[in-house]
Amino acid sequence: MDDRRPRSFYFLAAFFIAYVLFLYGPMFAIYILSFQGPDGGLTFPMNGVSLTWFSKLFAGTGIVDIGAAFKRSLKLGLVVMALTVVISVAAGMAFRRPFRGAAILFYTAIASLIMPSIITSLGIALEFRLLDDFMTRHGVNIGLGRWAEGWTTGMGLFTSGLGAHLTWTLPFGLLIMFAIFNRFDGRLEEAARDLGATPWQTFRHVVLPIILPSVIGIGLFGFTLSWDELARSSQAIGSVNTLPLELQGLTTTVTKPDIYALGTLTSAVSFLVISLALIAILVLQARQRRHGSDAGKGMV
Amino acid sequence: MTQQRRSIAWLQAAPMMLVFALFFLLPLVLVIIVSAWDYNEYEMIPALSLRGYTDTFEGCIADLPNLCTILKTYLKTVKLCLLTWALTLLIGFTVAYFLAFHVRSKTWQIVLSLLCTIPFWTSNVIRMIAWIPLLGRNGLVNKGLQGAGVITQPVEWLLFSEFSVVLALVHLFTFFMVVPIFNSMIRIDKRLIEAAYDAGATGWQTLVNVIIPLAKPGIVIGSIFVVTIVMGDFITIGVMGGQQIASAGKIIEARLNALQFPAAAANAVILLGITILIISSLTRIVDIRKEL
Repeated sequence: MDDRRPRSFYFLAAFFIAYVLFLYGPMFAIYILSFQGPDGGLTFPMNGVSLTWFSKLFAGTGIVDIGAAFKRSLKLGLVVMALTVVISVAAGMAFRRPFRGAAILFYTAIASLIMPSIITSLGIALEFRLLDDFMTRHGVNIGLGRWAEGWTTGMGLFTSGLGAHLTWTLPFGLLIMFAIFNRFDGRLEEAARDLGATPWQTFRHVVLPIILPSVIGIGLFGFTLSWDELARSSQAIGSVNTLPLELQGLTTTVTKPDIYALGTLTSAVSFLVISLALIAILVLQARQRRHGSDAGKGMV
Repeated sequence: MTQQRRSIAWLQAAPMMLVFALFFLLPLVLVIIVSAWDYNEYEMIPALSLRGYTDTFEGCIADLPNLCTILKTYLKTVKLCLLTWALTLLIGFTVAYFLAFHVRSKTWQIVLSLLCTIPFWTSNVIRMIAWIPLLGRNGLVNKGLQGAGVITQPVEWLLFSEFSVVLALVHLFTFFMVVPIFNSMIRIDKRLIEAAYDAGATGWQTLVNVIIPLAKPGIVIGSIFVVTIVMGDFITIGVMGGQQIASAGKIIEARLNALQFPAAAANAVILLGITILIISSLTRIVDIRKEL
């Protein structure tokens, strides 16, 4: 084939650009509109430029207590991120050998990924509802008095909410681990073992440094998926709300640009986390290239 | 030694097993059990009853040949689902094709893929409300059309309509098509395409007879994602439909808000049945495990 671009290239490139505009255009519209002047409304044109809507957000006057929801989402996101990384890496290591239940675990993870979220959410809500009923009715009788007295609900951010988020983030973590180990050279570990490294040393000093960029990717998925999670949390979060839930609630009631300001703020956190993760990945990869293998470079 | 290694592997996988057992498998089993429980206005009663199901389809047989509300709702959900599926497939396939076959440098491939991925890491609600300033009665589209003299009155069906629901669903979930299809395409041996070219195939023939069959696994996986997400969706349909459009997911949500757990569970089981039906017919075509 000759090297000139075929005509289809230009058509497809135009299509791709249109798709990217479709992806980003609307988002940028609300980022711009969140700087709407004090008298501005929900749509263009801009009526001056100001930070009014952001300051309203922080003053807590406009809408419900956003600060608290913000902190809750942040805490939950960080916990989900940490757990997703640790549990996925461990399970990813496990899948390199045959073990009992491997196939079941794999298909469960896939099922959890593609299960309509409302069903998972309903199931968890139901589970905790049944637990609550059980504790209030029978808790004292079977010697659980210490917990059963004054039991209101087991539902909460770090019980049912955390569980709901993990059913969504862990499958992504596991699939990324599969992708890593499909390209991983097992001979590196054999070499470490032959040199007398313990399994932990092999993992810590050989495997982990190599897979670290992708592990950061798992963390990125863990945090962002949790930070923005809505459908699975909706029924399973208990009495308090996360930030996306507050935002969703606002869509029906708010008629002022504070909702855009909140959207801009939420996105800013997402973009901050994404850039930090990408920078970390790039730095690590550059370091790997510098300190990487000297095979074939004529050094003896 | 191998025995010991196997038990280590099992221990490494145990935390993940535990999470899925507690927060996915057990809840799922409970949904199925409770769907066959009785209930009254304020609590569920652990006695076998099919009220959850019969209440759902109440009056449906009497109404025939007219469709009752619930059947109409399911039909509408399937219709939205098929529309979204067709559009995401068309757009996703084209984007993946461009990235896989027309972008030649590895670096550009990564940069452009990232460009498509970043919105996935940001909030869905924000990506939904982002359409309001564009599609609203005084939005950019209406203003633009009025300014150009195409219309005199603002178009009402742009926002809080089935149109805006499908638009938002396509906007949110095309990503789930692009990634697996791109993943399949990138593995196609380029020599096969050259061979087709050398054998005299036109670009279109190569696409239909070589690329599409080899990209089928990605197409199937992407389709599973989009179909399951849209079938159970109640948030996008809620926000973009102005809470006026019913869907399978919204029925469950409404029943839950009324604290009718068995009825909600019964609807979840029905939805699950439909979803499994769709997925199993799709997985007939491809073995997921082999594609990772």
